[in-house]
Amino acid sequence: MSETVYGPVTDWATDFDHGSPAYAANQHKIWDDLKNSGCPIAHTDRYGGTWLPLTHEMVHSIAYDTDHFSSEGPVVGQLKPSEVPDRIGAPIGPVPPISSDPPFHNEARRLLLPAFSPKMIDPWRDEVIEICNKLIDDMGDADHIDAALQYSQHIPVMVIARMLGLPVEDGDKFRGWVNLVLSGIGEERTEERMQKFMEFNEYLAYHVNDHKENPREDLISFLLNAEIFGEKLSLEHAVGTVILLLIAGIDTTWSGIGSSLWHLATNSVDRRRLVENPDMIPTAVEEFLRAYAPVTMARVVKEDMEFHGVQMKKEDWVLLPFPAANRDDKQFANAHEVVIDREENRHAAFGLGIHRCLGSNLARLEMNVAVEVFLQRFPDFSVDANEMVTWSTGQVRGPRTLPFVVNARA
Amino acid sequence: MRVHVDPSKCQGHNRCYALAPELFDVDDYGNAFERNDGVVPAGLEDKARLALANCPEFAITIEE
Repeated sequence: MSETVYGPVTDWATDFDHGSPAYAANQHKIWDDLKNSGCPIAHTDRYGGTWLPLTHEMVHSIAYDTDHFSSEGPVVGQLKPSEVPDRIGAPIGPVPPISSDPPFHNEARRLLLPAFSPKMIDPWRDEVIEICNKLIDDMGDADHIDAALQYSQHIPVMVIARMLGLPVEDGDKFRGWVNLVLSGIGEERTEERMQKFMEFNEYLAYHVNDHKENPREDLISFLLNAEIFGEKLSLEHAVGTVILLLIAGIDTTWSGIGSSLWHLATNSVDRRRLVENPDMIPTAVEEFLRAYAPVTMARVVKEDMEFHGVQMKKEDWVLLPFPAANRDDKQFANAHEVVIDREENRHAAFGLGIHRCLGSNLARLEMNVAVEVFLQRFPDFSVDANEMVTWSTGQVRGPRTLPFVVNARA
Repeated sequence: MRVHVDPSKCQGHNRCYALAPELFDVDDYGNAFERNDGVVPAGLEDKARLALANCPEFAITIEE
């Protein structure tokens, strides 16, 4: 993977780049080194000025402070929100409700919450079990598999496509657009990239129109009929939410499943414990969520302000590295150890405050089932020493290739 | 022992309902509330403490 347009990082405290491959590969060490050197909040001029707070306390307080920090830019880009042409600004933002601020946020979120509540998500369990087993059936009797390319990346796509009412077989397209939006933040803004954004918009316009003409029982039809403040959602709002559900529902959970399987491939004691005690899987999944939390969100500073002794400027980006908060030893005992039966676990993998991940119940279901089925079918597996595990770059971190050797199957 | 979920703090992480469904339930929006006026039946005290220790929003309190 190549460097970003900003080039190699010279100093992590004053010139960090969270879009660089070096950050993706070494982030735990980078955070520790920064904190140990007395720098609990790093800064970079990259992306027009960005802050990286590292303690649970700071991340918690920013997530709660919607008066000073706007969500209109949840993903850091090379352009500030105000520099993006034709952009829908605060309090709605381009992909509501993740890009929305109160009080609009409350209403935009409230209309989506019932569809993702535990009692609506739990009934998907059998379907997810079937999807996972089918993916493993498709591997045949191969001894060398890729658990990211052949397993983790497909599970969330198949579920969210069905929920939205988009063709399940378009998974490759969706993943291409996810990479475009989330992993390519530091790439040149070439015509080819712009062309891909156009294709994404055209694809969505086609399917939204099709749902208008042929309404059905799915989330796109629901959004086209939904109301906010007594009026139908604007088309921009409805399409923005479809984009959000598609993008946010895919590589986050794919990363969570992949990191869990990577841990089990590299920690045989933990793997054996879960094979022998599948009842422990839900507790172990919470620990994988804590230790390998995939998602970092971003906020935009509303006005010049002081925060913990640093001067933040209007429109600076502020990253919310929930994965770093989850490894803060002030909040967690043995924060750097993965303890699969950890009982006390207030991790922030799904965020804190009003933007708590809308799909967290679905993500947890998919992670639990994916781990359970994988261990049932492959009770012994390890990383193929001749191949490379690769990790995504940007604000969502997880393995994009997982070359495994299957040592036993059931 | 009694448990209480502060509805102004709960963001619907659903940890209490997953860990102690005997003590907590969730509404149509996925937000949690205590069952049975929060009264913890004998023998479920540890589950109440477990739920408290796993709420990311610090929304649960216990009266001993």
